[in-house]
Amino acid sequence: MPTFILRRILALVFVLLVAVTATFCLLRLAPGNPFALNEKQSSPEIIAAQERKFDLDRSIPSQCARYLGVMRNNEGHFSGLLQGNLKSCLKFKDRTVMELISQALPVSAILGVSALLLATTIGVWLGSIAAVRKNTWLDSATMLGALVAISVPTFVTGPALVLVFSLWLGWLPVGGWTGISSLILPAITLAGPFIAYIARLTRTSMLEVLNQDFVRTAHAKGLSEKRVLYKHVLKVGILPVVSFLGPLAANLLTGSLIIESVFSLPGMGGFFVNSVLNRDVFLCCGSVTIYCTLLVGMNLFVDIAYKWLDPRIRLE
Amino acid sequence: MSEPISIPTAQPPGAWRRLTRNRVAVAAMIILAGIAFVAIFGPSIFPYSPEKVTPHSLHPPSWLPLVAEQAKLDLDHGGAVGRWQHPFGTDMNGRDVFSRVIQGARVSLIVGLCGALVSFFVGTTYGLIAGYVGGRTDNVMMRFIEMLHSVPRLIIVIVAIFTFGPWLEGWLHDAQSSPWLHYIVRPGAEGYAKIMILILCLGLIEWLAMARIVRGQVLALKEQQFVLAARALGQSHTRILLRHLLPNLIGVIVVYLTLTIPAVILDESFLSFLGLGINDPQASWGSLLSDGKNVINPIHSYWWLLLFPAAAMSLTLVALNFLGDALRDALDPRARR
Repeated sequence: MPTFILRRILALVFVLLVAVTATFCLLRLAPGNPFALNEKQSSPEIIAAQERKFDLDRSIPSQCARYLGVMRNNEGHFSGLLQGNLKSCLKFKDRTVMELISQALPVSAILGVSALLLATTIGVWLGSIAAVRKNTWLDSATMLGALVAISVPTFVTGPALVLVFSLWLGWLPVGGWTGISSLILPAITLAGPFIAYIARLTRTSMLEVLNQDFVRTAHAKGLSEKRVLYKHVLKVGILPVVSFLGPLAANLLTGSLIIESVFSLPGMGGFFVNSVLNRDVFLCCGSVTIYCTLLVGMNLFVDIAYKWLDPRIRLE
Repeated sequence: MSEPISIPTAQPPGAWRRLTRNRVAVAAMIILAGIAFVAIFGPSIFPYSPEKVTPHSLHPPSWLPLVAEQAKLDLDHGGAVGRWQHPFGTDMNGRDVFSRVIQGARVSLIVGLCGALVSFFVGTTYGLIAGYVGGRTDNVMMRFIEMLHSVPRLIIVIVAIFTFGPWLEGWLHDAQSSPWLHYIVRPGAEGYAKIMILILCLGLIEWLAMARIVRGQVLALKEQQFVLAARALGQSHTRILLRHLLPNLIGVIVVYLTLTIPAVILDESFLSFLGLGINDPQASWGSLLSDGKNVINPIHSYWWLLLFPAAAMSLTLVALNFLGDALRDALDPRARR
């Protein structure tokens, strides 16, 4: 187990370096200079001085190497991503990327975690009901609703919910970050399609498990219906959902970009989009670093959870 | 005597019958045909240009019986608005929303279809090679897919679009004045650079599922006797891949193609909604929804700016997903429950 975790962490570092290198080079190759995007035209000397100050002079590979911290910077020491230095934001030069991210990340994280919890609990619940009541109207209604919910994008449901619950009924705030009540609509919107997806997954795998021998054994032992379902069927039937948690985390990350824009939440998504528009490489690569770390961390967690739920699986 | 040799068919017999017996699938196909018809022929039927700015700003749908408000607006802007002149209303700049939704359908459907085709080429080739070669190559290729899975792809694609979009635009601009390329690259082609780059980039991130499925199928198929027979007859590997394995994969490929189209449409509208994809004055469903979202406020709800693009888009996506599901049921009887 420890070797497994160690190997995965090494893989994380590798994936991270590749992703950040790709992002860095692409954004530096993109037309437009982060120091020349202001309305007033800066002189070439000023731009050159700024580039030197932020280690963005010389060739792109060497800029990238200095950003990653594998090459000495203009001041002559290693200071970059590998040393934990995310540099300063190029748009708001008095703020470091670390400061901006530590402000924005909690908002995104709370939103993401609540959507994750909503999606898994409600999704598994609906899926189990549909599986147990197979071929009834409840089953077909749930599955029909699920397919519709998967198809309708969140930037349609989001404004629609705002229109109904905030503007017409006035129950919930329209947007912004003012406390727990401003979290309800975004979390529901973000979780919506994934509730549906997980319900479908759960139903399929529960139906498979319900036909297996050990379920019949459990029934034959005289266990109550509830106990068979919760103790035996659900524990195995939930496995595909657990393995979906990795991709789910990825989808929630990108999905939150939209949600934050619809509900004007001060999260990571807005910073990321603006950093691309402003060619702000440091902020952009910082966001990508955080996104990748979250994602790979989530995948690692999923693998461990899988092992715990199904002891037949051996981690290599 | 010898029995007639049964030619392996690409799809299990009766697939079409199973598909047409599924009422939901038939409804989905009819809806999609209707949307495709409107997208192809709509602009030549409907008189307005989607980019024509008029003084009739933010009119509600013209068939609504809002007589008093209508009359006031007409007085404000001069000139009456006919009952069917703007069936979906007009936007902030007085542009006809109906025409813009049709224009959006054209853009979104083209991006979805072509993007899915790109993903089909990449995914199928990758899966065929990985599955057929097998061994260490397969292992490395699958590890690469796993790695791509753990990277927020859409996020990196956003950066890529900003890098390659302007490049392509510049190239298309230069090509118009080059001595021989100008036969292919017509004037105004640079306006399509954004769409092309979206198709390429989105196609290039949505191929992972296709590659995995194809590879799995190839792994199972290549052990079968007809592959051995083809080898024994001295056929080349390329020929076996294209003539013997690929036709057997048509079923799964069609299913995943149908499911990739809505995914690409969704990605495109996602980017356009964030203002990173199609920009004004061009329209896609995502950019229309973004326009609609921007004018939501507590005093006036300009609901028609949101409702009609949303309905068009949701209808298309629901129909495509239903069709994909039904196709999977029809082409793969084992997966049916």
